Amino acid sequence: MRLDEHPILTFQRGKEVSFTHDGKEMRGFEGEPIAVALHAAGVKVLSHSLVKHRPRGFFCAIGNCSSCLMTVNEMPNVRTCTEPLVEGMRVETQEGRGSLLGKD
Amino acid sequence: MEKTEILIIGGGPAGLEAAIHAAGLGAEVTLIERDPFLGGQLTKQTHMFFGSYEQFAGVRGVDIAEKLKKEIEENPKIKVLLNAAVAGIYPDGVVTVSQKNKFLKFKPNRIIVATGAYEKMLPFPNNDLPGICGAGGVQTLMNLYGVLPGQEIVMVGAGNIGLIVSYQLLQAGAKIKAILEASPNIGGYLVHAAKIRRMGVPILTSHSVKEAYGKDFVEGVVVHQLDEKWAPVPGTEERMSCDVLCLAVGLSPLSEILWQAGCEMKWIPELGGHVAVRDEDLLTTVSGLYIAGDVAGVEEASAAMVEGKLAGMAAAESLGYSVEGLLEKKDSARSELAELRAGHSGDKIRGGIDRVERLTRGKVTC
Amino acid sequence: MLANSGYAEIEELSRVIPSKERLAKGAVAIAECLQSIPCNPCNSACKRGAFLAFKDINDLPTVDVERCNGCGLCVSACPGLAIFVVDESFNETEALIKLPYEFLPLPIEGKDVPALDRKGEIVGTARVVKVQNTKTMDRTPVIWIAVPKAMSMIVRNIRP
Repeated sequence: MRLDEHPILTFQRGKEVSFTHDGKEMRGFEGEPIAVALHAAGVKVLSHSLVKHRPRGFFCAIGNCSSCLMTVNEMPNVRTCTEPLVEGMRVETQEGRGSLLGKD
Repeated sequence: MEKTEILIIGGGPAGLEAAIHAAGLGAEVTLIERDPFLGGQLTKQTHMFFGSYEQFAGVRGVDIAEKLKKEIEENPKIKVLLNAAVAGIYPDGVVTVSQKNKFLKFKPNRIIVATGAYEKMLPFPNNDLPGICGAGGVQTLMNLYGVLPGQEIVMVGAGNIGLIVSYQLLQAGAKIKAILEASPNIGGYLVHAAKIRRMGVPILTSHSVKEAYGKDFVEGVVVHQLDEKWAPVPGTEERMSCDVLCLAVGLSPLSEILWQAGCEMKWIPELGGHVAVRDEDLLTTVSGLYIAGDVAGVEEASAAMVEGKLAGMAAAESLGYSVEGLLEKKDSARSELAELRAGHSGDKIRGGIDRVERLTRGKVTC
Repeated sequence: MLANSGYAEIEELSRVIPSKERLAKGAVAIAECLQSIPCNPCNSACKRGAFLAFKDINDLPTVDVERCNGCGLCVSACPGLAIFVVDESFNETEALIKLPYEFLPLPIEGKDVPALDRKGEIVGTARVVKVQNTKTMDRTPVIWIAVPKAMSMIVRNIRP
């Protein structure tokens, strides 16, 4: 849920942009981390564990923990909790370790 | 190869103060921060800080960050690199930095490591479900980007971070079902506890998480009571529904770079884990390498700022820079630290530091 | 117990509650700051010098109740939001309480709101007398509420 009013803080958001999540059209604000935009849109599951395929969400939100790795514009293992959102990004749930040579 | 006199790793409270004070003596400083902004955890703090005037008491953390940022931006002696992460410190003193798609090499004369800390995890079944996240993670989402991670929160940990983030969640409009604390007493400042309690949030001491439940994300938590030996009391299990389980179970120094540089490290649980042995100037056992802030031992941000001040002055001094009254300034920073660590709430910190600080010019009496 | 529940029992507060006689005379600050922590802004917030000087930054605050006129400047200056002003001379039946309140929405002057105790439990109704939210208060508004006299040491929060 997006906060509009806050007793202490004011939020400066970038311009509204569209991006896709697993092919589905979504909207977020330019410059905010991808995972933040996904969370605001109600997407909580960002990845799955390698062996047992258990769902994973964000944990640290500062690029430490690897819980939020996703494929962005065909690039796997992007830390979506820190990677800024850009207009037209294609964000996909990553299965497995990902490959730099394209989909395997 | 890039040249700089003092390379500061980390742009949080300690790194910012270190940069300001090293440059204040005349040194050329490069400040490296992996985030796209300066301020570190200060940027997420909506509450007024404690301490005294020297440590910005009464000013909100987020406003302290702005003040320090402005000072840094206005200082021509300080160069700031954002989105830049240090990759390694090599035996020949070269520091490698990755900044977006660039790979930079620095050969600094002095290094101040102010990398901060990372959040600890708590072992319990299903602790990997989405919706179970660190208190710092929740702060980032909520206070930097204005996105509330959930509506019904269970907080684990009644130390200062657990209490402060609970209060911030209330300010953002969330409901806190309870704050669980395994210890029989609240660990954080009792004034923080009181202001959350009078909002109707129960603080359950001697309680912990038995397990979390939920299919694709957390739907609730089974809470149980602990006895005086921290063993679960059978029959006290209680289900509590929630959509976020927030963990505030402590921090550990983010010290990989110090290990790599070859600093002598010591296990000091009171300071959060492994920390580097240092002298009264915060110089480690590696020549020219200083530490400041949570990486030197987890404390309040006020102490981190004072440590930054001290390490910044000391590093510049070691390069031959000076100002009038430098010795007194350094001593007054040390007295500020002693004051912040005095009293009962600083017992643990003082004990920890006594075991890791090697004084080279005798104990300072403040 | 404050240390294990987050709320102070009335016995724990005896050190900071002024005498009956002083309370009857009018507004006075009560610093419900019971744990020694490194913090001293209350001392400099008071222009009348009613907070006794700190020897050590970890000292507990002590209000000189003769110097304090209950103006409430310290209420929004306390980082712990632990200072309240109580005026038992407000009128025949009611006491006035000034409390810090950092939430939205702010209460509306003249309206009745639920009155909460230190546990956050509703213990009655309070009338909002004034909402002070000046620039110097820096986003810690001070709310003035009127409660029955008997509740002056019980009510410490509201839920607008």
